[in-house]
Amino acid sequence: MREQKNILGNIDWVMVGIYLLLVLLGWFNIYSAIFNENHKSIFDITQNYGKQLMWILTSVLLALFIMAIDSKFFSQFAFGIYGFFLLLLMVVLLAGQTTNGAKSWLGFGGFGIQPSEFAKFATNLALAKYLSSSDINIKDLKTKIYATLILLIPTALILLQNDTGSAIVYAAFILVLYREGLSGNILVFGLIAAILFILVLLINKFIISGIILAVALIFIYFIRKNRRGIITVVIFLVLTIGFVFTVDYLFQHVLQDHQRQRINVLLGKEIDLKGAGYNVNQSKIAIGSGGFWGKGYLNGTQTKFNFVPEQSTDFIFCTIGEEWGFLGSFIIVGLLIGLLIRIIFIAERQRSPFSRIYGYGVASILFMHIMVNIGMALGLLPVIGIPLPFFSYGGSSLWSFTILLFIFIKQDSYRLNLL
Amino acid sequence: MKKTYNNRKYVVITIFLVVGFLFIARLFFLQIFDNSYILSANKNALRFVTNYPARGLIYDRNNKLLVYNEAVYDLMVVPKHVKEFDTAELCNLVGITKEDVIQKLQKAREYSPYAASIFEKQISKTNYGYLQEKLYKYSGFYVQSRTLRKYPLSVAAHTLGYIGEIGTEVTDSYYKSGDYIGMSGLEKYYEPVLRGQKGSKIVMVDAFNREKGSFHNGIYDTVAIAGEPLYSTLDVDIQAYAEQLMKDKVGSIVAIEPATGEILTMVSSPTYDPNLLVGRVRGQNYNKLLVDPTKPLFDRALMAVYPPGSIFKIIQSLVGLEEGVIKESTAFPCDKSLLGCHNHPNATSLKSAIKMSCNPYFYQVFRKEIQHGLASDRFTDSELGLNLWSDKVLSFGLGQRLGVDIPNVKKGRIPDANYYDKIYGHHAWAFSTIYSLSIGQGEMGIIPLQMANIAAIFANRGYYYTPHFVKAIGKNKSINPLYLKKNLTKVSDKYFQVVADAMYEVVNEPGGTASQARIDSIIVCGKTGTAQNPHGEDHSIFIAFAPMHNPKIAVAVYIENAGFGGVWAAPIASLIIEKYLTKKIKRKDLEERMINAKLMSKH
Repeated sequence: MREQKNILGNIDWVMVGIYLLLVLLGWFNIYSAIFNENHKSIFDITQNYGKQLMWILTSVLLALFIMAIDSKFFSQFAFGIYGFFLLLLMVVLLAGQTTNGAKSWLGFGGFGIQPSEFAKFATNLALAKYLSSSDINIKDLKTKIYATLILLIPTALILLQNDTGSAIVYAAFILVLYREGLSGNILVFGLIAAILFILVLLINKFIISGIILAVALIFIYFIRKNRRGIITVVIFLVLTIGFVFTVDYLFQHVLQDHQRQRINVLLGKEIDLKGAGYNVNQSKIAIGSGGFWGKGYLNGTQTKFNFVPEQSTDFIFCTIGEEWGFLGSFIIVGLLIGLLIRIIFIAERQRSPFSRIYGYGVASILFMHIMVNIGMALGLLPVIGIPLPFFSYGGSSLWSFTILLFIFIKQDSYRLNLL
Repeated sequence: MKKTYNNRKYVVITIFLVVGFLFIARLFFLQIFDNSYILSANKNALRFVTNYPARGLIYDRNNKLLVYNEAVYDLMVVPKHVKEFDTAELCNLVGITKEDVIQKLQKAREYSPYAASIFEKQISKTNYGYLQEKLYKYSGFYVQSRTLRKYPLSVAAHTLGYIGEIGTEVTDSYYKSGDYIGMSGLEKYYEPVLRGQKGSKIVMVDAFNREKGSFHNGIYDTVAIAGEPLYSTLDVDIQAYAEQLMKDKVGSIVAIEPATGEILTMVSSPTYDPNLLVGRVRGQNYNKLLVDPTKPLFDRALMAVYPPGSIFKIIQSLVGLEEGVIKESTAFPCDKSLLGCHNHPNATSLKSAIKMSCNPYFYQVFRKEIQHGLASDRFTDSELGLNLWSDKVLSFGLGQRLGVDIPNVKKGRIPDANYYDKIYGHHAWAFSTIYSLSIGQGEMGIIPLQMANIAAIFANRGYYYTPHFVKAIGKNKSINPLYLKKNLTKVSDKYFQVVADAMYEVVNEPGGTASQARIDSIIVCGKTGTAQNPHGEDHSIFIAFAPMHNPKIAVAVYIENAGFGGVWAAPIASLIIEKYLTKKIKRKDLEERMINAKLMSKH
């Protein structure tokens, strides 16, 4: 009972330590990325680095607040919180402000918040709550439908805000569902779908379909005595070719021009260094010019001189790459992946399924952000504007990642108090 | 019994690790394996900016400034930074119309919204003064200073030369397109001294081409080293006076200090104001000068190869004395059947022949110089004689490029046997073919500088220093050793005094051809020339030195198509001498008549 009085008792200092380290490094990097000669102090509140410090301090307060709340609060009010943020997402659609083409901001006086950032932890809470209910079996169709709905409603609302990047993050929950018993085929199908997607865009849809058909016919020839096998193959064939044509259709008719260009640039089908390809090219130059040791803190030229756009938010990794070189980038990537693995191990030691599922959600969301953000900066993925957790400038994203992580840290610190 | 799936954590962790590994591999490729990104980054962010040094100044022999640099100001504009401004006021300040402003801004915007363009070139110092006070009101505008050559006295255009943007023919890697380089005159000859050394600095720029400070605190930067000054031999007062005298005349004046070879003045007329070939008016003015039929850009003093006419008789005399074919007392009758002459008594001695400039006399002298009787046939005899003759004549600095410190100097021509062989064939010519040379006509050609040098040789009684325009180079005042070397002629010193005495008589004795060159207070010695030419009236020529003993100045005056040497060239030369030696002119009437004479109409 002594531990219960101390809100910092039993907490996992490794996660907290990595969190603090990442947040501070992020702050220094933002300072370097948008360094302003006329406002040299890192504490200058008129500059984004001064503001980021404010976000960091408030985040620490938020974290302390979460640690102080009763550990049952979040599981008990999971659906309530979820509902509240769904409501906010709808309000944004009606009364939000548009930034960079996405209508995702709610303004309060001089400040704005991005409900889509907060919807992630709310959705995670709701999914964990639902899947941890005692009479749930993920193999049931009904469970699958409900779980999908919990994920799809916020995704759809965010898509309506025209914020594709944030919507894509919800795909991360597949990992959670997989851990909780969803067939492993979902990952295999996902991989096949991804490969097909790229092939369709790189090569012609008819050629791809032809190859699939040929493979299927050879397969059928070998199992021609197995009637059920043939049916399965035919269904599979129809689905894949359907998928191929759907992808093509989506790409050509549903995606917006800039999205189509970004993908084409990534696939090397379009070279446009001054237009759609500019960001990625400059990002690669910035990172590539860092070499092994980097140019040194505050000595980066590519990021500081605006060659790389969005250098304090979506492209913050460029500053790391340019100024800290391969060594620094290696350490940062190591810290981020290390944090993910730590979360998985901590999740696995939870007695309560709610805590475990929630932990997997935390890891999955962070993973998706890290993969998409760094992948984009390195020119491995198309340009999708989502923040790098703990690094990118921004109050909403830092707050939401802090809440996301510390709810888990709180749950974990109370794992021993549960029966 | 619920199946537990906790082994699936390994699958999830594997996915995380695979992505992490992909990132590291990609980072390795970008940052360590592929070096091209470093180059791209430097291309992005580093700009190499040249610091231009100030060009060296040029002084006259009395340390008066001939050429200096004047700051002019270009008004620059960065279109993206321009905010609303008072158009009418700017028009007033710069002196342009509202339409100009709109057009110039549009042009700048088309060039680049972020990079600076020149809005208005070369704003004068006074306008800049007004503009500077108001400039704070014009966001996006700033002023960049440049320097232009300025000639405070507007003289000696041909000698000083001009600078211009380098053309494609310059291969020296020091120069970049758009750099200025000396194109003619001293500016060209002393280019390496005057230009100084460019400096460079590396500045970092951002994506919008805005300067962001020096690269690595400037450790790779070099400062510009200013060009060194030149101390010229010109006397700017005499130069200005000579130019004044040559107004409305075509020809040249060259004056040399005999004891040093320093060129005191050199005029090629018609000339032009050197300030015309500077700055934004340069191109237009240059084309105007280029098409002018009187060819003001042509430097006659160094590039016009003229027949020397009778002034050559003084050299002819020396060659004859040296070869022993005549003596001081030699007399020849004025036989006009040999060569035309004016009416004068027969010459009873060499001196009187020079004083009266008797043509048949020198026909006889030259015949003796050519026909020595060294060979039995007259062709071989002439061949041997001419070569002996030309060998001596060349030693007077003729028929060769003098080592004067200005590019594009002509050699002139002193023909030898080889020359005539090429025209007529071997043994196809003899004295009868070439006798015009006897009186400085025919195939011989001399530039005015060489004529002045002849006067200097007689002033020195037998030697000369190579004429030059610069007596000290740079701050440590070095001098080209070539100009300290005494050049001897191939005629013995002892013969010179006789001819110098004759030159005294030309000016100072009754019956001399240059009595108009007489100055009461100074003993002037000279020789007139009146050269026939295919272009019209005779050229008027006079060379002289003064005073007779310990001469301070040797001068040649050559006026095209003006008539007798004694009528125009001689008095003009004497005015130069008077001005240089006494600083003022007593013969005001003569001066006025000479200045106002318009001899170009005869051209």
